[in-house]
Amino acid sequence: MSTAAAQKSGFLATIWDYLTTVDHKKIAQLYLYTGGFFFLVGGVEAMLIRIQLMKPDNDFLSAGLYNEMITMHGTTMIFLAAMPLIFALMNAVVPLQIGARDVAFPFLNSLGFWLFFFGGVLLNVSWFTGGAPDAGWTNYAPLSTTSPGHGVDYYVMGLQISGAGTLIAGINFLVTIVNMRAPGMTYMRMPLFTWSTFVTSALILFAFPALTVGLFLMMFDRMFGSAFFDVALGGNVIIWEHLFWIFGHPEVYILILPLFGAFSDIFSTFSKKRLFGYSAMVFATVLIGFLGFMVWAHHMFTVGMGPIANSIFAVATMAIAVPTGIKIFNWLFTMWGGQIRMTAAMLWSVAFIPSFTIGGMTGVMLAAAAADYQYHDTYFVVGHFHYVIVGGVAFGLFAGLHYWWPKMFGKILNEKLGKLAFWPFFIGFHLTFFIQHFLGLMGMPRRYWVFLDGQGLNTGNLISTIGAFLMAIGTIIFLINIVYTAFKEPKVGGDPWNGRTLEWAIPSPPPHYNFAQTPLVRGLDPLWVEKMDGKKGMTPSEPLGDIHMPNGSILPFMMSLGMFIAGFGFIYQIDSSSWLIAVFIGMGITLGSMLTRSLKDDLGHHIHKEELERDIKKGAGK
Amino acid sequence: MSHDDVLNPKQMPHDPEKATLEGKNKFLGFWFFLGGETVLFASLFGTYLALNGSTQGENTPEHLFGLELVFIMTMLLLTSSLTSVYAMYHMKNHNFQKMQLWLVITVLLGLGFLGCEIYEFMHYIHEYEFTFRSSAFGSAFYTLVGFHGGHVLFGLSWITALIIRNQKRGLNLYNAPKYYIASLYWHFIDVVWVFIFTVVYLMGKVG
Repeated sequence: MSTAAAQKSGFLATIWDYLTTVDHKKIAQLYLYTGGFFFLVGGVEAMLIRIQLMKPDNDFLSAGLYNEMITMHGTTMIFLAAMPLIFALMNAVVPLQIGARDVAFPFLNSLGFWLFFFGGVLLNVSWFTGGAPDAGWTNYAPLSTTSPGHGVDYYVMGLQISGAGTLIAGINFLVTIVNMRAPGMTYMRMPLFTWSTFVTSALILFAFPALTVGLFLMMFDRMFGSAFFDVALGGNVIIWEHLFWIFGHPEVYILILPLFGAFSDIFSTFSKKRLFGYSAMVFATVLIGFLGFMVWAHHMFTVGMGPIANSIFAVATMAIAVPTGIKIFNWLFTMWGGQIRMTAAMLWSVAFIPSFTIGGMTGVMLAAAAADYQYHDTYFVVGHFHYVIVGGVAFGLFAGLHYWWPKMFGKILNEKLGKLAFWPFFIGFHLTFFIQHFLGLMGMPRRYWVFLDGQGLNTGNLISTIGAFLMAIGTIIFLINIVYTAFKEPKVGGDPWNGRTLEWAIPSPPPHYNFAQTPLVRGLDPLWVEKMDGKKGMTPSEPLGDIHMPNGSILPFMMSLGMFIAGFGFIYQIDSSSWLIAVFIGMGITLGSMLTRSLKDDLGHHIHKEELERDIKKGAGK
Repeated sequence: MSHDDVLNPKQMPHDPEKATLEGKNKFLGFWFFLGGETVLFASLFGTYLALNGSTQGENTPEHLFGLELVFIMTMLLLTSSLTSVYAMYHMKNHNFQKMQLWLVITVLLGLGFLGCEIYEFMHYIHEYEFTFRSSAFGSAFYTLVGFHGGHVLFGLSWITALIIRNQKRGLNLYNAPKYYIASLYWHFIDVVWVFIFTVVYLMGKVG
């Protein structure tokens, strides 16, 4: 089905191809485009926030709109920008790094994307239907349960749908990495990006169900009159905080760990050295993943859990600095004595190290529970988490995109423009957020829509806003670079960086079956091993033969569309029970599609040997 | 492996559910999924334990629950888990008709369980006016037990669909993994019920 659609030409055929595709490389592109779009939306929201805080007593945004803006900025950046962009890299790279032809569940891969897509769209529809969610991205009860209008309802339904997509994607990568590795690709030969994807997927699997339950309870309270967070009926608002952070703290490691992996691959490639302390890096990744589940309550020090609970969570939190420190030093030692090439990808990676270390340091400061009473809910916290999320995740995404762009699109992003985008972003980032630590220590609370004149906060906030504009300039140059590269840059071969891992052993962009013959892996950095043996590419582990590939399907799109329609039904059935029709239609579409999937055989198709031989003659497949 | 070998294998292997790569992936992926489901139910249990004292009146667990009905429900569901094991036993011996028969018995027992649960909920609502909205305990009770009941309903629909779909064509390497993970799901539901029986009903009555 997918091959038939791909052979047809024309715009509609292309659209249909992307709607039905189960190819991990195309799904990576879908994640990239959608995540990139939401990154811009979240960025515009950030700019509006900074303009509002440019001067004291500003009236650029109304108080209510400001609340919606901060809520949607946080929610959009975390769930709809950072995570899908990470999934874009994972989808584009991980199957290639382990020598697989696709992920374990191509159908579910597509379903995961479309659920995220419709969840994100649903959340943002709220802007046009009378107000976005306004209870902060943490959505604490009872602020959220008593928030008027439907904003928070959109938050609940949108995140529920996109969260289901994320969970599916996590399971998919776990099984892919366990079951689909090429012969010889043992666990301790996997590139760090694959390792970190593996650990991240495990975190997703065990963290997201807590959010699912939290959102269900919130949904029942807001839409069906239950009393989980209604103190008058014996409810308890702290339950939401616990469930949210049992999910929410692993979530920040879900965001950063894949980029740790990307940095490891980048440092190694551009230092022309194998990664320093590979096994320690793997150990540190797993340890961070484990400890990530032990520290959620450090977000709740001021709730009143008592000194013992606070101390335990404080110590556990500080302990995370140890494996993270291991990583920082290993990256430095990887560069030490290497033949360093300062490409744009490397520039972002090198800039990451001091930026992220500052974020880690303020993290340890915040972990000291007694001191946290002073920092809590001030701009110190805002400064801290932007140092780790922008300095870690955003820098990592830029670095990863520069590094793997040629693998995804066959062209290197223009290096000059790449570096030109880096400097304003890097300087602007530190201008924006470094000063916020001091604003916080001076007592400026987060989430307030104005600050007053004459309290010594004016200069700091102005500097912060100027920095935000510099970051916006950097982002715009990066976008210009993408367009420029698409039209002006020449095509490059499969291995433009003199790479070390399996993805560089095949053409750029790879044929849709990735490897004509599954490669035989003979060590860590498998391609480098072959290069050192004087070989041009990987040794195949099997003779050329028919390849079994999955079929495309529209069902994932339909299932997600059904959830989208049902989402509206759930939100508006409070106003009028006739909206329940939308619930039934939507769930009917979803469950009907699931039934179709269950009952209709889908055995995939074969690519025949002759076709592969033709491809290889044309220069592909090796 | 060609399509024909998957749908009409010349010789069935001992573990037909894991004979293909797709089958192996489904097997492992479903175990991971059950790991996530465990966290889901753990969160619901945590919520229930935090709120089961918030009864706002006389509809306390001790007052409401009757262990007789819950005992019958437990027996029905535990037995249905056993019958699904028999079904998988016959799958491994390639005895398709016996597998189908045991699955039908499983579904009937599951329906019996679901019927009891619906009766129980109706009883609470009409006799005691104990609803989803009457107290935080009510919300937590109906959500935890109802999520389990929803899983039972989904499992029953799933197994029934498999029974009907494959009745004419018999067992092959394509549908064997589907049967197998459906039975895994059924066991998981059973395990969750054991915890509900203990935490909600026994501790509610005795604790």
